[in-house]
Amino acid sequence: MSSLSYTAPTSVNEAVGILAGAQGLAKILSGGTDLLVQLRSGRTKPDIIVDTKKIPGIMGIREVDGGFVIGAATPCSVIGEHAGLSAAYPGVVEASGLIGSTQVQGRCTLAGNLCNASPAADSVPAMIAARATAIVVGPSGQRAVPVEQIVTGPGRTSLAKGEFILEFHLPKPAPHSSDAYLRFIPRTEMDIAVVGVGVSLTVDAAGVITDARIALGAVAPTQVLVPDGAAAIIGSKLDDAALAKLDAAARAVCNPITDKRGTIDFRIKIAGVLARRAATIAYKRAGG
Amino acid sequence: MTYLNKADLKVVGTRPIRPDGVDKVTGRAVFGADQALPGMLVGKLLRSTHAHAKIVSIDTSKALALKGVKAVVTSADFPDIPSEEAFVGEGPMNFRDLSRNVMARGKVLYHGHAVAAVAATTSEIADAALALIDVKYEVLPFVIDVEEAMKPGAPVLHNDLFTQGTTPQPTEPSNVAKRVQFALGDVDAAFKTADVIVEGRYTTEPVHQAYIEPHACVVSVGADGQAIIYSSSQGHFMVRAYCAKLLGMELSNIRAMPSEIGGGFGGKTLVYLEPVAMALSKQTGRPVKMVMTREDVFRATGPTSGGVIEVKLGAKKDGTIVAAEAILKFQAGAFPGSPVQPGCMTCFAMYDLKDVRIIGYDVVSNRPKVAAYRAPGAPISTFGTESAMDELALKLGMDPIELRLKNAAKDGTKAAYGPTLQNIGYIPTLQAAKAHPHYSAPLGKNQGRGVASGFWFNIGGESSGSVHVNEDGSVSIVTGSPDIGGSRASMAMMCAEVLGIPMEKVRPVVGDTATIGFTHLTGGSRVTFATGMAVTQAAEKVRDELKVRAAKIWDIPPEAVEWKDGMAVPAGANAGGFDPLSLADIAIKAAKTGGPIISEVSVNAQGAGPGFATHICDVEVDPETGFTTVLRYTAIQDVGRAIHPSYVEGQIQGGAAQGIGWALNEEYIYNAKGELDNPGFLDYRVPVASDMPMIEAVMIEVPNPRHPFGAKGVGEVPIVPPLAAVANAVRSATGLRMADLPISPPKLRAAFDAR
Ligand SMILES: Cc1cc2nc3c(=O)[nH]c(=O)nc-3n(C[C@H](O)[C@H](O)[C@H](O)COP(=O)(O)OP(=O)(O)OC[C@H]3O[C@@H](n4cnc5c(N)ncnc54)[C@H](O)[C@@H]3O)c2cc1C
Repeated sequence: MSSLSYTAPTSVNEAVGILAGAQGLAKILSGGTDLLVQLRSGRTKPDIIVDTKKIPGIMGIREVDGGFVIGAATPCSVIGEHAGLSAAYPGVVEASGLIGSTQVQGRCTLAGNLCNASPAADSVPAMIAARATAIVVGPSGQRAVPVEQIVTGPGRTSLAKGEFILEFHLPKPAPHSSDAYLRFIPRTEMDIAVVGVGVSLTVDAAGVITDARIALGAVAPTQVLVPDGAAAIIGSKLDDAALAKLDAAARAVCNPITDKRGTIDFRIKIAGVLARRAATIAYKRAGG
Repeated sequence: MTYLNKADLKVVGTRPIRPDGVDKVTGRAVFGADQALPGMLVGKLLRSTHAHAKIVSIDTSKALALKGVKAVVTSADFPDIPSEEAFVGEGPMNFRDLSRNVMARGKVLYHGHAVAAVAATTSEIADAALALIDVKYEVLPFVIDVEEAMKPGAPVLHNDLFTQGTTPQPTEPSNVAKRVQFALGDVDAAFKTADVIVEGRYTTEPVHQAYIEPHACVVSVGADGQAIIYSSSQGHFMVRAYCAKLLGMELSNIRAMPSEIGGGFGGKTLVYLEPVAMALSKQTGRPVKMVMTREDVFRATGPTSGGVIEVKLGAKKDGTIVAAEAILKFQAGAFPGSPVQPGCMTCFAMYDLKDVRIIGYDVVSNRPKVAAYRAPGAPISTFGTESAMDELALKLGMDPIELRLKNAAKDGTKAAYGPTLQNIGYIPTLQAAKAHPHYSAPLGKNQGRGVASGFWFNIGGESSGSVHVNEDGSVSIVTGSPDIGGSRASMAMMCAEVLGIPMEKVRPVVGDTATIGFTHLTGGSRVTFATGMAVTQAAEKVRDELKVRAAKIWDIPPEAVEWKDGMAVPAGANAGGFDPLSLADIAIKAAKTGGPIISEVSVNAQGAGPGFATHICDVEVDPETGFTTVLRYTAIQDVGRAIHPSYVEGQIQGGAAQGIGWALNEEYIYNAKGELDNPGFLDYRVPVASDMPMIEAVMIEVPNPRHPFGAKGVGEVPIVPPLAAVANAVRSATGLRMADLPISPPKLRAAFDAR
């Protein structure tokens, strides 16, 4: 019969060594809210599970030079309780707060949400919009990777054997900037995004948008940026014409599938609707 | 004796803590999957990977050769039983069909149909053994949709199925198992007298009962052929009856034990695992435990039918309905037996109609066999007829409650399905709805309000209950009714009321098939009515006996003793000047006055009063996303007499919540291969708590004189109105008539776009 071993290394080097030298399939465990479900259903059959939570510093949030460092294994409930992060990046915080229920929140992490590589992962569009970078450690050292470069397709990431994410960096937010995340689900919780939209933007003193970044989830094999949508609202005060252009731009980048969670047509339309709504929220939060 | 005067009641109508509550909230209650016996094996099923196929061969040799595998069974290990109607569960059932549903014989009829089972020492070995069973199939074309299945040339599931209820009976087999018709008067002529006619075609999707506890059992068959079954079901006498038939055993050789049940809603009124575990245990001589996964539950149990409901209503300008017609097509799943007949019987039963015709078709297709679900058939058919009533009200420019009041059934109304209704409380539910502040509360933008009513028969039937006075004056009750909705509490309360003692002095348990007389399953909203009647009568006999014993102690004639507030007292001055004797005083002396004081009563209860309900629903619709939020919900119901009002309210709220899920999001999604694509709670969307407003339950009490306390069944009718109440509210909010359930966001958004 099959066997499964478990280990909880206490340093980055030890973890990298175990992962790089593992025979068969090695799986990193953060909160386990995806991994355990997949183990149980038989969707994944790892030979070894490497729990990162004993690595010093991997859980917790630090403020560095006005920006934020979020340890990869930090439970989302801890993220939601961080006042400074909530003030600076309300969109990232609300996105991570949408994952699962109270019970799931106590375990689930940004790293797990990202590396599970589901197109529908809630925190990912918000992190991409907020220009988050992942600090990846591995046999060849450490590198900083923009979050949008981690996921390469459903269930696939750009991480090489032996690599894992140690932490995320969120830059110091520009003055008068904020962000927002909205998702659509057919009920009010405990569901998977049919569409998710993260918007981050900056306004000037007159309320004119000077910078914007928009990312969509669940409308393509990976999260997608909407550069034309950003261009459409930069220079505007988010008037109806700008919103209509944003709506169209969001719809234009969609490449969804029809599945049990929604049709192509519905997903595309909702992407436009949510892009408008999320931008409106972020704009208000930024003081526009 | 009856206790219909509410003012006289001390226990009935109060809200004590339920006797089974602490065990359930602390985890001490033993549910189906909690059972264990020494030496137990794990039983698992191999399920069909095709929607429709001939089984060419099953090679089990490799699985049997695996170390740790103790037995493998297929249909060859069960008797091939002839066609025979069964009256064991809830709704129509044929023993032969049930046998073939439990284990496919010759053909698989749906994706997930059981084809073989193994018993092994561990779960992992059982899984490995299943993978080693080699089934050769000859794949056949399949049909999922009910109307597709009715078409000539559709793939035929059963070569020996000839439509019943048509003359002449067809000579060609088809998927239409049965045609039924109920009618009063001359409908075609009556439509000609109508000023206004509305016509519509409505559809519902199959929905699952979605009980939280998957099916589970532990079965042990001894070398002497004596079997014991622990399982979670709505009726252990039902489990015993089905297992005996399917395995060719005598009833007395099977003892069925009721486990605590984690929900059933009708879905646990038949067997799936028990006969298989029985066959495995018989072969191995060891106990076998089988537990379904949620995926198994979705692929192979329940649900209730999806249906097509074509409705035509004709009315005078003043709202008087002169003619009504409905044609119902219900999908039964792989074997005949959809609830189309009760669907027909209920859908116009709220109205006093002289000319009415309802025709129903029971249609098989390549889906799991349907099982009963709360008021089987009625929510489906009533969705059509109550949506049509809303259309009629709009067309007439009439208030929907006024329209219903104008046509409401009352005492003396002859229903299309036969009986003349008596002691019914439909009109009071409409009057209460009209007067409720909810009905006149203001509505905002994108908000709307819908109203719908519903009917359910409720049943009585065979029940047994016993009451034992213990040596210390406490009392034990045993019934044969699995407790799904708080019935232990209700039984204890009725018994306490009769004996004049506090409810806490009465401890109720559910007995197994060897410890209490035959009791029909918990279904049809029958337990408080029928089992309550048995318990009440048993308590009365005990009370009479207590008087006899007091008379003996005092040495006076029994007629000279009265029972008052839990005490024996002399009937009057002439009886003698004795101090009252409490129940405990008499119990302590029982050995000296004639022995144990007990009584067991079995009844075949008749006269269950039908249930009527009227619901009001407010929604808000987001036109851009198609998302519907239920803002406010009021459910008004004639409950006869609420024995334990909290559990009656719980039934009303639960029924409404399930109906809202049915209306808005629940559906089976099949892929092109005929496989269910959403066999889990993530994508089969029952409502979550945050989807629901507080559901206000309003109880109207029109007592049922056929029950000692006036009780009527309350568990089923609350699921009947919500489907149309929600759809009518969406209509009011948007102007869109959503005739196809569920009203999921993509569908509603598409309807907006199409306008
Ligand atoms: C009931 C329930 C509800 C849910 N609801 C939502 C929801 O609303 N929205 C949503 O987006 N998700 C939801 N999820 C999915 C899941 O909770 C999230 O994806 C969560 O963020 C995963 O985090 P985790 O730490 O538990 O991941 P884990 O299960 O620990 O890991 C997930 C994957 O990422 C890999 N991984 C973990 N950490 C690292 C790392 N540091 N470096 C590299 N790879 C790593 C693992 O090997 C694994 O493949 C739900 C899950 C459940 C069970």
